[in-house]
Amino acid sequence: MSVRSWKDLWSGVLYVALAAGFLWFGRDFRMGTASRMGPGYFPLVLAWVLLGFGVLSVVRSFLVEGEGIGGMAPKPLAIITAAVVLFGLLLTPLGLVVAMPVLIVVSAMASSQSVYDVKGALIVIGLTLFCILVFVKGLGVPMPIFGSWFDGLVPATWQR
Amino acid sequence: MELFDNLLLGFATAMTPLNLLYALIGVFLGTAIGVLPGLGPVATIAMLLPATFAMPPVTAMIMLAGIFYGAQYGGSTTAILVNLPGETSSVVTALDGYQMARQGKAGRALAVAALSSFFAGTVCTLLIALFAPPLAELALKFGPAEYFSLMVLGLVASIVLANGSILHALGMIILGLLLGLVGTDVSSGAQRYTFNMPELADGIGFVVVAMGMFGLGEIVANLEHEATRDVSIKKVEGLWPTREDFRRATGPTLRGTLLGSILGILPGGGATLASFGAYALEKKVSKNRHEFGKGAIEGVAAPESANNAGAQMSFIPMLTLGIPSNPVMALMIGAMIIQGIQPGPSVMKEQAPLFWGLIASMWIGNMMLLVLNLPLIGMWVRMITIPYRYLFPAIVVFCAIGVFSLNNSIFDIYFMALFGVIGYVFKKLDCEPAPLLLGFILGPMMEEFLRRAMLLAKGDPSVFVTRPISATMLALAAVLLTLVLLPAFKKTRGEAFVEE
Repeated sequence: MSVRSWKDLWSGVLYVALAAGFLWFGRDFRMGTASRMGPGYFPLVLAWVLLGFGVLSVVRSFLVEGEGIGGMAPKPLAIITAAVVLFGLLLTPLGLVVAMPVLIVVSAMASSQSVYDVKGALIVIGLTLFCILVFVKGLGVPMPIFGSWFDGLVPATWQR
Repeated sequence: MELFDNLLLGFATAMTPLNLLYALIGVFLGTAIGVLPGLGPVATIAMLLPATFAMPPVTAMIMLAGIFYGAQYGGSTTAILVNLPGETSSVVTALDGYQMARQGKAGRALAVAALSSFFAGTVCTLLIALFAPPLAELALKFGPAEYFSLMVLGLVASIVLANGSILHALGMIILGLLLGLVGTDVSSGAQRYTFNMPELADGIGFVVVAMGMFGLGEIVANLEHEATRDVSIKKVEGLWPTREDFRRATGPTLRGTLLGSILGILPGGGATLASFGAYALEKKVSKNRHEFGKGAIEGVAAPESANNAGAQMSFIPMLTLGIPSNPVMALMIGAMIIQGIQPGPSVMKEQAPLFWGLIASMWIGNMMLLVLNLPLIGMWVRMITIPYRYLFPAIVVFCAIGVFSLNNSIFDIYFMALFGVIGYVFKKLDCEPAPLLLGFILGPMMEEFLRRAMLLAKGDPSVFVTRPISATMLALAAVLLTLVLLPAFKKTRGEAFVEE
């Protein structure tokens, strides 16, 4: 007995794990009755169905031939995710003037073809200015331009 | 005549300078993102959603709709010129379109693509105007049981028409439904799966999920297959098709429009399936089938008319029932709700200018695309040559700002990143994100309708099969599901998605 489809196996395992999570964290939800459904009725029924599909997928992975998972690309995924998270972390303390160039440069690292030259730097500056002008000044998105660390260092009117 | 009055109202609404301007902006942006690979209509509309808050509702809808069908046009341009379909719905267009371009007939292929799309757009505008009112009328009679069954049918149909494993599609739908339930339960006020985080009390934002899975997820997928795109394009000349081209393209355009219109109404159908189906159909019925794959004009006209028809007809369930048949329509519903309009069959009566204005704007938008795109070919071609390494950081930036501006919440930025990861992992396992997104938007609605139906029936589940409309829809869903599990059908379904 050996695994014939890794894709089926892993997606099945994932479904089972997620379903178990929904069941566990929903264990205290009131079920109610069929005519007066409580908050737990629909999600818990769905979670059991998901569990069923997960088990089916795992069983099928031993029976039906499938493809391998193929190459994962942990690098671009990790870099893009890190860039977005960094942007979120830097936004309040430092503001867009720092967070946005960081977001652009870190995301660019996800591509092996990115070149770091004067032209690239100009693009980063241009895009940052564009976003500040269009989104913050133009559309009024309340993102700080200079964050809280700049309090007192720059005029308060520059910060928003 | 009522139809005439309605269309008149629509054109009067759509022809105001403001609405014309935004229709133009919409189709222009749509074409641009259609040309650029790696940026689809879902991510673009999600990004632009916050910018529409300040607009009048009809203007916002007109622009967002323009982006959607504009993308179908743009996608075919790159498919023909450089064999790079900008959208999945133009994948088959590349087969014969690119061959025509190599033979120096790029101009004629582009013109036929644009004209057949325009034809399909015109027919569909009329079809929507004809069929939407009776459908909305019928839908007004729907009770909660009918709505619940309709959603079941919609979700099942989206599996049948989706690409890939049925089991995985089912799993993704259920997972989407579950994720949609996160937040405060509307009828009891109970917190579900919020882990005491106030940010989750209102549920996970639909845009957050869409941007994570479609925006960021697609970037990562593109970077994986990063290759230097060597784009060398010959000068496009001879835009006007010959009489022979017209003659050969007429039949395929008619058949493509018909097929696209039918498939477009079905949930989960829409543009992509329509184009594949139309191409396959032409290969069976055409007199020139030996030329297919070698630059047959029929192979451009059929999928192009079909994908445009499919894209436009998918507005019907959205406008008349308030049910999204694809992720783009789900975003349109989100846009309506943000504007304070409750989607559903009453929209047509209560928001008549919006309803008819949107329909009329589609015809105007198609006209703009036709007039604009052929002369602007040179500009789109230059756009294709922008290297992806310059584009994707900008897309990440727009995603981050867009998702923040919905609720002015940094939390949403982190959640978008999380859904980017989830989307990527599932995609690697052949679990498509589209069914999850459909389930996500339908989850809370389904629960409410199920609750109400069961309350009215005093807990007797037979209500779903004793009410005729509801029973019909469930029966259809069952038939579809059985069909799709039959080995013979499975084979054809697989083939329909396989490129030649």
